[in-house]
Amino acid sequence: MLLADGLRHTFGGGRVVALDGISFSLAPGRTLAIFGPNGAGKTTLLKVLAGLIRPQAGSARVDGGRRAIGWIGHQSHLYGHLTVRENLLFWGSLYGLDAARRSARAADVLARLDLSDRADQPVWSLSRGLLQRAAIAKALVHDPTVLLLDEPFTGLDLAAAEQLRALLGELRGGGGGGGGGGRTLVLATHNVDEGVELATDVAFQRRGRFVHFAPRGTRSAAEVAAAYRRATADA
Amino acid sequence: MLELLRQAWTVARKDLLLEFRTRTAIVSAVVFTALVLTVFNFGRDPTAVSVIDLGPTILWVTFTFAAMLALNRAFQLELENQALEGLLVSPVSRTSLYWGKLLANLAFVAVVESVGLPLFVLFFNVPVGRVLLPLVGVIALATLGFVAVGTLFSALVIRTRFAELLLVVLLLPFLVPPLIAAVQVTARLLGGRPLSEAVGYLKLLAAYDIVFVSLASLLFRFTVDE
Repeated sequence: MLLADGLRHTFGGGRVVALDGISFSLAPGRTLAIFGPNGAGKTTLLKVLAGLIRPQAGSARVDGGRRAIGWIGHQSHLYGHLTVRENLLFWGSLYGLDAARRSARAADVLARLDLSDRADQPVWSLSRGLLQRAAIAKALVHDPTVLLLDEPFTGLDLAAAEQLRALLGELRGGGGGGGGGGRTLVLATHNVDEGVELATDVAFQRRGRFVHFAPRGTRSAAEVAAAYRRATADA
Repeated sequence: MLELLRQAWTVARKDLLLEFRTRTAIVSAVVFTALVLTVFNFGRDPTAVSVIDLGPTILWVTFTFAAMLALNRAFQLELENQALEGLLVSPVSRTSLYWGKLLANLAFVAVVESVGLPLFVLFFNVPVGRVLLPLVGVIALATLGFVAVGTLFSALVIRTRFAELLLVVLLLPFLVPPLIAAVQVTARLLGGRPLSEAVGYLKLLAAYDIVFVSLASLLFRFTVDE
């Protein structure tokens, strides 16, 4: 369960309003896709949910705390001079996995992200697309129940993006990973075509506010895109 | 507490592994130490000031500036691919993170000092045989204090422009007390004076360590949290 209540945050002494009273809750198995133009406050919202930024007003709560969160930001958070596997083992250790479990988890996520043959390669030698996959592996190594994804499709080619969509769909449904029930996913992107098929709920964010927040229902990507254009134009 | 120490060791081990792989900072610091001691060796007039009077100052100035190189790299590592952000999202406590960085920095500086001390003895022909153990003890005591403060400040300046310069400017005033004490104790040891003459300075070093390790552990989270 993920809960945001009256989140408000500004930068530059109040001149830039990044979050302006955002509230929502998300049950396990739900995927919220947040669409918005650059500067709408999507990254700030994800950082608040991840505990990276303390909001000036309101609160955010994730069941299970920090251990439950998997975070994919703009950067990979991987150390270039360690191999992909060493990175995963390091992060697994920080999340409290014992040696046997983190080795097993590392092998599992490497296989699921088709990175097994790159496991012993230093991260600095990976291409942009492989680096993004390694970053996703890092976010999944501790088997999080809440995944926060900030522009996760950036740098991926069409096949890799499709593979990631399939993986996220599988993760949301609780398929594999040993996590049992479904995961909660929050996905922020400025591109409506990316990730809309994954979404069970859709939010349009503009100037720190949700100008639209509703279940996606049976709406197609084109319908969501049209609603997005209307909502952000009216706001 | 065990979990705190386990996390700190995980962070320190990762830092040391990264340094072992790249070796850039450690090689720079060791070469810097050798160069400074060489310059002082050939740049001084041995008939003007005795080695026992000048040596301790040279030793500690060298160690201090070599340590700056280590402290600068401590959080530079975390800027690559914004790894620091990943650390802050993870359940690792800020105290563990600080202690991990402190441990890695201490190991790094200890390596530099273990190369610097024999070079100092070689260049300046200082008799340290009888006082080696107490000398190593004083070096350890003083190093812990200034690395504790330096680790805190390196986190503080890492997101600023000119971080390397700013670290030196901020840190040096805080290093004056342990440096004075370390130089005074070292001078007495090398001069063959009894350690009891330096008890006051040793107490100062111990107090500095206790105060600044505790204070830095408490304040560290304010330097990394947004």
